[in-house]
Amino acid sequence: MIAYYSNLAMVTSAVLYLLAMTLHAAEWASARTAAVAEPELAVVGAGAPSEAPAPPASQRPTPNPRTEALGRTGLAITMIAAATHVTGVVLRGVAAERAPWGNMYEFITTSLAIAVIVYLVLALKFGMRWLGLPVTLLLTIGQGLAVTVFYVAVSDLMPALHSVWFVIHIIAAATSGAAFNIGAIAAILYLIRSRAEERGGLRGYLSRIPSAETLDRVSYRFHAFAFPLWTFTIAAGAIWAQYAWGRFWGWDPKETWSLVTWIIYAVYLHARATAGWKGRRAAIVAVVGVISFWFNFIGVNLLVSGLHSYAGI
Amino acid sequence: MKPLVSWLRFIWTTLTSMRTALILLLILGIAAMPGSLLPQRPTNPVGVADYLRAHPDYGPWLDRLDLFDVFGSAWFAAIYLLLFISLIGCILPRTAGYLREVRALPSPAPGRLSRLPGHTAAVLEGTDAATVLDAAEAHLRSQRYRVRREDDSISAERGYLRETGNLVFHICLVAMLIGLAWGSLFQFKGTAIVVEGQAFSNTLTQYDDFGAGAAFSASHLEPFTVRLDSFDVRFETGPVQTGAARDFNAHVSVSRPGESETTGSLQVNAPLQLGGDQVSLLGHGYAPVVTVKDGNGEVAFSGPVVFLPQDSNFRSDGVIKAPDARPERLAFQGVFLPTAVSGGASGMVSAFPDALSPELLLNAWSGPPKQETGAPENVYALDKTGLTQLMSEDGNPVSVALTPGTGYKLPAGLGSITFDGWKRWVKLQVSNTPGGWLVLGSVMLAVLGMAFSLTVKPRRLFVRVSGPGAAGARGDAGSSPADSTPDDSGVGIAVSVAGLDRVDGRGGLAEAVAALASACGIGATLTPTEDEEKR
Ligand code: HEM
Repeated sequence: MIAYYSNLAMVTSAVLYLLAMTLHAAEWASARTAAVAEPELAVVGAGAPSEAPAPPASQRPTPNPRTEALGRTGLAITMIAAATHVTGVVLRGVAAERAPWGNMYEFITTSLAIAVIVYLVLALKFGMRWLGLPVTLLLTIGQGLAVTVFYVAVSDLMPALHSVWFVIHIIAAATSGAAFNIGAIAAILYLIRSRAEERGGLRGYLSRIPSAETLDRVSYRFHAFAFPLWTFTIAAGAIWAQYAWGRFWGWDPKETWSLVTWIIYAVYLHARATAGWKGRRAAIVAVVGVISFWFNFIGVNLLVSGLHSYAGI
Repeated sequence: MKPLVSWLRFIWTTLTSMRTALILLLILGIAAMPGSLLPQRPTNPVGVADYLRAHPDYGPWLDRLDLFDVFGSAWFAAIYLLLFISLIGCILPRTAGYLREVRALPSPAPGRLSRLPGHTAAVLEGTDAATVLDAAEAHLRSQRYRVRREDDSISAERGYLRETGNLVFHICLVAMLIGLAWGSLFQFKGTAIVVEGQAFSNTLTQYDDFGAGAAFSASHLEPFTVRLDSFDVRFETGPVQTGAARDFNAHVSVSRPGESETTGSLQVNAPLQLGGDQVSLLGHGYAPVVTVKDGNGEVAFSGPVVFLPQDSNFRSDGVIKAPDARPERLAFQGVFLPTAVSGGASGMVSAFPDALSPELLLNAWSGPPKQETGAPENVYALDKTGLTQLMSEDGNPVSVALTPGTGYKLPAGLGSITFDGWKRWVKLQVSNTPGGWLVLGSVMLAVLGMAFSLTVKPRRLFVRVSGPGAAGARGDAGSSPADSTPDDSGVGIAVSVAGLDRVDGRGGLAEAVAALASACGIGATLTPTEDEEKR
């Protein structure tokens, strides 16, 4: 019964994310059609915190009331969706009588719940509602795939998962995963915005997100937070592997791709500190990193084992 | 000689540049990929053989490039050794520079602060340079800056922990690699199958398969004997994931020289630690217990025979051999089904991994006695040379299905076989990887160092005063057009404050400069924050 309500909550949140995404898309669309406003009316930037300084007033369009309303409604619906989503995760844990991270379905839903909470904090406390469209897009796709493709009913854990390292390893992985994803979103926005800035003519959507420099900084912060945690995730996994399988490291595909992901992010951090690799190239490395993260998660679980069975014919 | 030295120097500087390290790191990542996508010989030799059979065209080429043993290949080792050297070459000069910097005072304040970000200036009246600088120094010290005080200026710096953390991180990487190398030299790992009631002694001959590093010697094996008293399993019986493993528990008795026997339990996440060696539970299966009598009525074989599981419901294959049976030696090829049900066209199948209604299906072979050659034989495969399959009266091969306690009389008076019951077996892994804790310790310390190097903000702040009371005043504060010096006839002193962040990607400099300015007595008149943004 509890499991049923958990499923209901998860599906509801996926639908609500879709709705919120639609609203944010409409928000951007209406910002696009709105003419770039007369500079003297532009006051949006006032009061923005230093974390996300508003672009100079002259670049900001007037907040078209309709655009504003759409954005606010989108955020409000995301909040409802997030509450439903978190409820779903908690109920799942209650139904299973354990931490709800035993399989891909539970891992995705937990990781996305962390991501949406982080996003809401950013949007409400730091005025970063501009993340709304890409984040709700991610949530819609992720939560949608979770409830359709990856869904499994509640059950006990495999013996290999009976370990404290299970809890430690998974929560670290889910948290760093959430941060890598938000960091990648900021990096993608950075790539789009910096190109538009170079060409001049910031219109619509692009004029409403922060400057490329701020986006770069936001992206860096998420990665700087996620990278040590990811390192810890791998180390915790290695300790666990020692207990479960009698070796720290065995180059199995999961371990290998965790390392590949780690290396890509190490390159990202170094690239930012190296002249000539700043900005654009670093952002591309960040995007490659998140692709590797997803491949490690979905590809290695589904595809590589498929390759194995192919090779085993 | 000269060109050689300069060549070596060139190679060294190139190798130890951060760009080279980055590229090597990327290559390492790319090189690891085929190792996860192609079957690898150490973990999946059967997969490699299958792959080579399926791709006779390019498979051998991949093999020649060591792509079926990427992580043991020379070129993979070359990449990480180069990275290792590069890393050390990076760390040494940086550590030296760091030690010098920590011992020295911050470098003096630049002459013109107005060029720096977050610059603020004002003319203060009714105070003197010493008072302003005292106040600034007190403020900076309370913020844990290191302060260099001169007559007319202060230069302060903080955030040395960033570099400390960075060095700790990189040094730990080296320590980790040393631990890995040490481990791979001395490590060993082997597996053995042990049936309930039987024991495993930790000597090389008792392993089914065994691998070790170059520096391993058999004397490194910890002397112990583990007897498997019983093995409990529990499988999911509910509707979700029916048959999935839920609980394994091996009850064992351990004896070590000079100690009395102890009993313990061995579980999937709870290995036994015996000296430096770790005993883990890797797998399990069934061993049907059979008795084979030969044509003379003598017992030719009796006991459990290990069958290997073939699917998730533990349909298991195995071979029963009775080479000593007379007049003809006997052999059986068998399938053990723990929960036998009729599977329609595919005959009998197992429907559940636990032994709820076990059945043993057998074919039988016989042949003239064979000369003992002493050559090792695969116990899981039947070499059929010299053997003929037994036929029943209707002309079909003998195919019997036995339930525990039942038996079958072979045709032509060749003997009989009875299925007495079954036991479980476990697959134990004994392993020892010295250096593992050095690896993990350094990784943990590296994470800590990294956290500092990524969060600490190295920052420099400067104060410069000029005017009466400021010895050797260079008049900087008043020289910039941005400064609001009211008029030169004033008796006030010009105070100029600015800061500099050594790494980008961080905000808060303007706030820090403002706090310092107000500590100096300047009313919070910031130059616009755009100053910081334009940087
Ligand atoms: C093997 C994996 C490596 C990882 C994960 C790693 C990680 C890091 C991190 C996180 C930083 C801080 C970046 C920042 O925010 O400034 C850093 C800085 C640095 N690393 Fe590495 N590093 C690695 C290998 C190397 C190697 C092999 C070298 C030398 C050849 C090297 C040289 C440096 C240098 C010079 C810095 C300072 C850059 C700066 O802050 O200006 N690193 N490294």
